[in-house]
Amino acid sequence: MQERTYDVAVIGGGAAGMAAAVEVRRQGLSCAIVERENQLGGILMQCIHNGFGVQEFKQELSGPEFAEEFMDLVADANTDVFLSTTVDSIEESEHGKELFCSPGTRPAGVFTAGLAQRLVNVEGYIPGKNVVIVGSGDIGLIMARRMTWVGAKVHGVVEIQPYPAGLTRNIVQCLNDFKIPLYLSHVVSRIDGQNRVEKVTVSPLVNGIPDEEQSFEIPCDTLLLSVGLVPENELSENAGVDISPITSGAVVDSTMMTSIPGIFSCGNVLHVHDLADYAAEEARRTGAYAVAWIQNKKPNRQVRIKAGANVRYVSPGMINPESPDKMYLRTLIVKNNAQLVMKVNNTIVKEKKLSHVQPSEMVSVKLTPKDVENWTLEPDSILEVSVQ
Amino acid sequence: MQSKSNAVGDRTKVDIAIIGAGISGACIARQLSAYEAEVALIEKEADVSFGVSKANSGIIHGGFHHSPKYLKTQLEIRGNLMYDRLQRELDFPFSRCGILVVALNDEEMKYIGHLYNQGVENGAIGIEMCSRERMFELEPKLESDCVGGLHAPGGGVIEPYRFVFSVVESAVKNGVHLLREFEVVKAERSGEKHIVHAADGRVVEARYVVNAAGLFADKISSIFGAEEFQITPRKGEYYLLDRKTKACPNRVLFPVPTKVSKGMLVIPTVEGTVLIGPTAEEIEDKTDLSTNADKLSQILDQARKMVPSVSQTDVIAAFSGLRPALLPEGDFYIDISEKAPNFIQVAGIQSPGLTAAPAIGEYVKDLLKKAGCRLTEKPDYDPIVKKLPRIRDYSPFEADELLKKDAAYGNLICRCEKISEAEIVAAIHAGHTTLDGVKYFTRAQMGRCQGGFCSYKIIKLIMRETGMEYDQITKNGRESVVLTGRL
Repeated sequence: MQERTYDVAVIGGGAAGMAAAVEVRRQGLSCAIVERENQLGGILMQCIHNGFGVQEFKQELSGPEFAEEFMDLVADANTDVFLSTTVDSIEESEHGKELFCSPGTRPAGVFTAGLAQRLVNVEGYIPGKNVVIVGSGDIGLIMARRMTWVGAKVHGVVEIQPYPAGLTRNIVQCLNDFKIPLYLSHVVSRIDGQNRVEKVTVSPLVNGIPDEEQSFEIPCDTLLLSVGLVPENELSENAGVDISPITSGAVVDSTMMTSIPGIFSCGNVLHVHDLADYAAEEARRTGAYAVAWIQNKKPNRQVRIKAGANVRYVSPGMINPESPDKMYLRTLIVKNNAQLVMKVNNTIVKEKKLSHVQPSEMVSVKLTPKDVENWTLEPDSILEVSVQ
Repeated sequence: MQSKSNAVGDRTKVDIAIIGAGISGACIARQLSAYEAEVALIEKEADVSFGVSKANSGIIHGGFHHSPKYLKTQLEIRGNLMYDRLQRELDFPFSRCGILVVALNDEEMKYIGHLYNQGVENGAIGIEMCSRERMFELEPKLESDCVGGLHAPGGGVIEPYRFVFSVVESAVKNGVHLLREFEVVKAERSGEKHIVHAADGRVVEARYVVNAAGLFADKISSIFGAEEFQITPRKGEYYLLDRKTKACPNRVLFPVPTKVSKGMLVIPTVEGTVLIGPTAEEIEDKTDLSTNADKLSQILDQARKMVPSVSQTDVIAAFSGLRPALLPEGDFYIDISEKAPNFIQVAGIQSPGLTAAPAIGEYVKDLLKKAGCRLTEKPDYDPIVKKLPRIRDYSPFEADELLKKDAAYGNLICRCEKISEAEIVAAIHAGHTTLDGVKYFTRAQMGRCQGGFCSYKIIKLIMRETGMEYDQITKNGRESVVLTGRL
């Protein structure tokens, strides 16, 4: 056990962790990254598909390439990195779990999509030959394509919701291009197999209940689960940080600071992001806010942000009217030609057209100083964000 | 534990063969390992405890549920008292947290009186009738309708599979031969001996045979030409709640029992998670371990009747287990066979089998003596199993010493349950070379990600430590292969 002192300790060396650390170093403070795996990059290292870096580096990169860009920046910034080091207590961290419970037996052959991705892309093993994917999250969609490429047959993706959980571009590129069926409003109602998975029963939802008569069986040896990620927040919780029941991430103010002063949260541990680029962007701002906090630059006034009609959550949960910043939100509805409406004291302060919204696509909004110029703020004013 | 040797024609000659390495067989084997006798413990699965013993409530019962007329009641009382010493010797997770039976109306409270009297008659130590106020003092999370109940401070919880592993480890250390993947298909007499054949051609010769085959005790009895009886599998489904749940009680909570079962419980497991269940459903198929959606809501409803804060969002796993019931009486059948020579029946060991198991070990030892088996005490019997360090019990400051001895304690493999590489390697070296074997030995893969983040690391460790190929790695033996190809 050694003791080291840094201005900022970043827990987790994925996209967000590295971006935050680089920003802290850029502003001249000392910083260390603590990473539990034996290399930086986090989950990016198993995401060998393209689509990373369009925002951050203005070019389309694979996950490991995107991570390498950040690793170079971390090295250039002279940041201390502790690998294979797990933080036991205090402060913030990274990534997710997938939750799934289905009736039937518990044979071998059931994997999370993330585990299958690791097995194929990093370890070089094929987890199965005949695959059904439960949930249409992005990792599941990407693995549908990946498993097809390694010679497996993907028999279908089963999604409980009437709309896909993943990005539209992944539906097109990973399912449609390979003629893999997507069963919307369907559930895997049963898994069977004595030793290894032998078949699953798929049932359409009729009035929200699995319909037995229209159920059908798919023989398969493998089930991949892609039913959404939940931030892993053991550390934050143990430190006593307030957790939002909606995002399962920390509640943060306009400076990305949690309910415990000096602990900041960003990336997928705060809320699950669509793209690593967004996580990195958010983390860079968080690094800057942490520096500002150390330098005792704190906001004079913060206004609470409320998720209004058709909005699941807005992150962060507060805005500093003197220096408004970017916020991310997720909708509860699927809609074309939607309208984002922001109100303070029931007065519309900003509106924005959104050509298409769906829960799986994060919406980002940036307020400018001009936007907030004419706000009349009462002591109890709230900024309400809704989508119509 | 010794490594596998599955060669056709392998012949093991022993004085006593125990068929079935579940909780009963394990305790009998350990008991006998204290005596000068060659003992074989035979298991058809890839690891010990993979049958009935791996999926049950894990309760050390309080001695009040059954009438004193039953053998199981006497063994329950005796077995319960043996656990403290066993824990000191074998170092398995065990907590004497106590048991509460919750009465929700006056009718149920009357039945509590009956349970109390039964417990007193059985000799259960420390049981008390509780007022409503006393119940809430003991368990603040109770449903507000609770009118009173029963408190049995001698009850507790263990991890059943972990207990079996420790007991078998101790038995093997004292000379018991453990034969895994040995499915008994045929038996014959040759002079004074039983010749026991496995499906793969291996043979065990034994003067005495103990039938502790759990669900298949009826089949084994018939193979040996002993008594005809039928074991009925009674399925119990369980749901496991994350340790973050707000519904974790201080003690095991029982409802007032019904005629067929002790009802559905809320169990604070010894490792901090919460188990709810089980259902009780008589079925036909002894391999049917499926779970069913309608049972989940049933279990949740029942659990919420006692602890309203039980939430479906806390569920991290579902599983089911089968109780080997000998109907209609449901008592244990432990006796010297009247039909087959030198054959001891240990059948129908359903609840409270886990509690009774150490006492079953003693009881069977006495039956063997009665049947003419000579048992003299072994001077070098060593009841102690060395305690394995667990990194989760150490603070970062304390861990330094441990890491100096073995740096692998610093490499966390299972992040949910905080299990290090060193602990997983110890499991593999102890002979647990399947994913489930490692899981039950160490708890790795048992947390909320259910192996999503660590199982590939465990697969690599098993390959590294045993030299097995990727396609030999199974979840729990047989055809349960995990990886089907390589790039």
